Amino acid sequence: MTSLLDHRLRPAVAVPLLVLLALVPTIAGALGEDFYVGVASRVLVFALAAASLNLVLGFGGMVSFGHAAFVGVGAYTVGILMQEAGTTSAWVAWPLAFVAGGLFACVVGLVSLRTQGVYFIMITLAFAQMLYYLMVSLKAYGGEDGLPLPARSQVGLGIDLADDAHFYYVVLAVFALVFLALWRLLNARFGHALQGIRENETRMEAIGFPVYRYKLAAFTLAGAIAALAGALLANQGSFVSPAMLQWSQSGMLLVMVILGGVGHLYGPLAGAALFLLLEEVLVAYTIHWQFGLGAVLLAVVLLAPNGLLSLARRKGAAA
Amino acid sequence: MTGILVLEQALNGLQFGLMLFLLAAGLTLVFGIMDMINLAHGSLYMVGAYLIATCAAASGSFWIGLAAGIAATAVIGVLLEVTVLRRLYQRDHLSQVLGTFAILLMANEAVRMVWGSQPVPLNPPASLAGPVELLPGFSYPAYRLFIIGVGLAVALLLYLLVTRTRVGMQVRAGASNREMALAMGANVRGLFTALFALGAALCAVAGGMLGPLLAVQVGMGESILILAFVVIVIGGIGSIRGALLGALLVGVVDTAGRTLVPMLFGRLMGPEAASSAGPAVASILIYVLMAAVLFWKPKGLFPTH
Amino acid sequence: MSKPPAPLRLAVVATAALCLAATAQAADKVKIGLLSTLSGPGAGLGVDIRDAFQLAVKQNGGKLGGLPAELIVADDQQSPDAAKQTADRMVKRDKVDFMTGIVFSNVMLAVGQPVFQSKTFYISANAGPSQLAGAQCNPYFFSASYQNDNQHEAAGQTAQDKGARKVALLAPNYPAGKDALAGFKRYFKGEVALEMYTPLSQLDYGAELSKMRASGADAVYIFLPGGLGVNFIKQFVGTGLSKDMTLYGPGFSADEDVIRAVGEPMLGMFNTSQWAHDLDNAANKRFVADFQKEYGRLPTLYASQGYDAARLIDAAVRDVKGNLADKQGLRRALKAAKFDSVRGPFRFGPNQFPIQDYYLRVITKDSQGRITNRTVAPIFKNHGDAYASECKMPA
Repeated sequence: MTSLLDHRLRPAVAVPLLVLLALVPTIAGALGEDFYVGVASRVLVFALAAASLNLVLGFGGMVSFGHAAFVGVGAYTVGILMQEAGTTSAWVAWPLAFVAGGLFACVVGLVSLRTQGVYFIMITLAFAQMLYYLMVSLKAYGGEDGLPLPARSQVGLGIDLADDAHFYYVVLAVFALVFLALWRLLNARFGHALQGIRENETRMEAIGFPVYRYKLAAFTLAGAIAALAGALLANQGSFVSPAMLQWSQSGMLLVMVILGGVGHLYGPLAGAALFLLLEEVLVAYTIHWQFGLGAVLLAVVLLAPNGLLSLARRKGAAA
Repeated sequence: MTGILVLEQALNGLQFGLMLFLLAAGLTLVFGIMDMINLAHGSLYMVGAYLIATCAAASGSFWIGLAAGIAATAVIGVLLEVTVLRRLYQRDHLSQVLGTFAILLMANEAVRMVWGSQPVPLNPPASLAGPVELLPGFSYPAYRLFIIGVGLAVALLLYLLVTRTRVGMQVRAGASNREMALAMGANVRGLFTALFALGAALCAVAGGMLGPLLAVQVGMGESILILAFVVIVIGGIGSIRGALLGALLVGVVDTAGRTLVPMLFGRLMGPEAASSAGPAVASILIYVLMAAVLFWKPKGLFPTH
Repeated sequence: MSKPPAPLRLAVVATAALCLAATAQAADKVKIGLLSTLSGPGAGLGVDIRDAFQLAVKQNGGKLGGLPAELIVADDQQSPDAAKQTADRMVKRDKVDFMTGIVFSNVMLAVGQPVFQSKTFYISANAGPSQLAGAQCNPYFFSASYQNDNQHEAAGQTAQDKGARKVALLAPNYPAGKDALAGFKRYFKGEVALEMYTPLSQLDYGAELSKMRASGADAVYIFLPGGLGVNFIKQFVGTGLSKDMTLYGPGFSADEDVIRAVGEPMLGMFNTSQWAHDLDNAANKRFVADFQKEYGRLPTLYASQGYDAARLIDAAVRDVKGNLADKQGLRRALKAAKFDSVRGPFRFGPNQFPIQDYYLRVITKDSQGRITNRTVAPIFKNHGDAYASECKMPA
């Protein structure tokens, strides 16, 4: 029996979507627009990062303004391993990035989750800024100029990530797996408890749930997933820089989540796609594309505060 | 020798801190009274600087430009409040963050559309462009002294406004207990709009002061906005006294950090490494300062409630 | 909307492009990706490069090497991150034949990888990092400007010749800044009292000026391009240090853009460059006159480099008779550099960086009462760079 806290996978939507996504390289190749396979990879990577933010924000109700820091942790893990240890294997670097992100998120969460409201926002921002300035100061890893990667990670099994299409399939596979895992998690006890905490923390505390521990667990997992997205992002551009950690990047992630729909399973994918495609398409017509983005965002905040997908839900759902 | 270095750095820190205070004062009032996080505050600083630069260039006088720019920015602040920001007061913090972030993006592009991507020149008035001899053998830029003067004057004016006027009394009441203040008959709408105009004017003053020292360019508000938020969290949200103390603390830590840390590091590593580590460590110190203050006093140095 | 949807139009254009690319004859146009800093304090530099490049194309009737030229201009926002993505787009989606324009060396080093990997020629109109002159040299990189150390080497020699004893050094903390002070120290034999690097984004030099005052230096050498230099010089004059210390700079910190913003306080400042607008040759006279007529201002050395980059490309494309697919031929033609540079005689060294003369300039009032640079004398003749021996590139 499904409850209000459940999020259906909707195979009627999921399967055609997966098929369409899988066909992107083929379609792009046929049109001679191979460049757009790279764009699609970026959309999926950011959708992954946005999904992790959605976990804590949409389902957990925690407004984290430093999420870009976790993405940066993952990206720098890959970069530093490649430079210091010569590690090119994705099987080593990417799980390490995942773990590093989780550890950093756990530390940040331990301190921040003791606070509430605007102080939580400021502390998460502060941690992200501290990490940003740290990476700027480390000239050994490029500092402000960034760290170019000599090549993308290696997966073996006959897959060459240097090929944009292969890289896209790997990113799609990772995204799909994480997406499914999140779906299972949200419909299980953990997900229900998390959403309950979002709705009314005091009540959950009173019932006997260890609220702090649930929030910390969600925060840690979100950080780990964001770091995995960061590892993929580093590979996508073959470049890591402190710019990935700036607070404006955290802001952009928040924008993606809200555009797509806070607390919706498919929200992050919709939001990331809308955001990056707006950028890609508009930038060809005008350098002032961020004005359009700002206008859309403001409209969403004022008119559809729960994101675009909530408009669909409003139409279909009962009262 | 070292004494003059310390004195000069102290003055620089004071100057930076006072400008930060101008921004933080408006921000803390809006946050304290209206409970609104306003990320577009830095955009008012930027727009103020641009308007002052344009008016100064058009009229040929820095002073006319300053006056006209401040007035124009206050008007823009009022327009912004009446049309958009008013709708965000009742909303949750996330909506406010995102809504004002949207305004930040639009403001950046609007400025770029009107003035172009290149920075706009703004020079200090010729009378203030040279040095002033403070001590024998030590000259300090007249313009920076002027900024310090303006900052102190504004601080005094705000103090008088908040403690000696009716409006100020309503502001203090609203900061400590909003519902009670409303119940007691404070004119909410008018007060909020006036506060916003004041905040915008303060931003413009800071923009006009700092424009000749830094650069009047798109996005100039963003780095200083984050520092302003740190200041009001340290000082206590809603408290002007806290904003002043917090701003001075941050100004001094930042300036001292940028001078002392590279000197210390210079002995341990080469000049290049010290030069990258220096400013970064100084910036990290500010956030550590904020965390330390929050740990010891969770609602800031001068909590209002 | 009346236009067909973007993907459909892209498909049509792409199909047409595919058909054209399949031929091995002369292409029907030459595409140049001009990625430069068009916003922020460094914007004046990028705008000058772009304007001069466009002037060269216009003087040629909209063509380069006989082919219609399509210039795709983009802003790198002085961010290595953003620039890399834009370069990727230009190379993979727009399929440009040449790239040019980057001002800052940190951006250049980030952009290098996608450009060289795609075998697209990069003709630098400014950035000349030591890395690309030495160990990381690449057959697809040509510097139509200089190698980063050069102007500073000439300045070091000047400071030495003019008797400076104790110098305070200041440069931004990025590859070109390090190249700058390394170059200065290579030729200045006096005492270095202070060596400071500031973040590229820093505009307030109060702390650095305090330290300079405390160091007791008698001269100051700065490398602060564009808006950074403007701010520093204004603040330097504001503290009164300009009375006690002589200011030296490379051409970057003393050209028309800085002079326009600062004005009188700069009179008498010595600086060094491989070009000045009063150099006496036919190409330069025409360039300066046309630039002034077109844009209403005197060109900076950045403009001269952008102009030369365009004319180098023009000569090379003409040499291969428009067959842009012939990469070997293009490279040979580029190396030959058979064009009239505004600097006078121009040739490349073995690492594809220029071997040229460097002049001492001083800021004075000219016959029309304008504050501008005047060439004093050459400092170095036929000067290469210090990194050529480290470059192991196939000939």
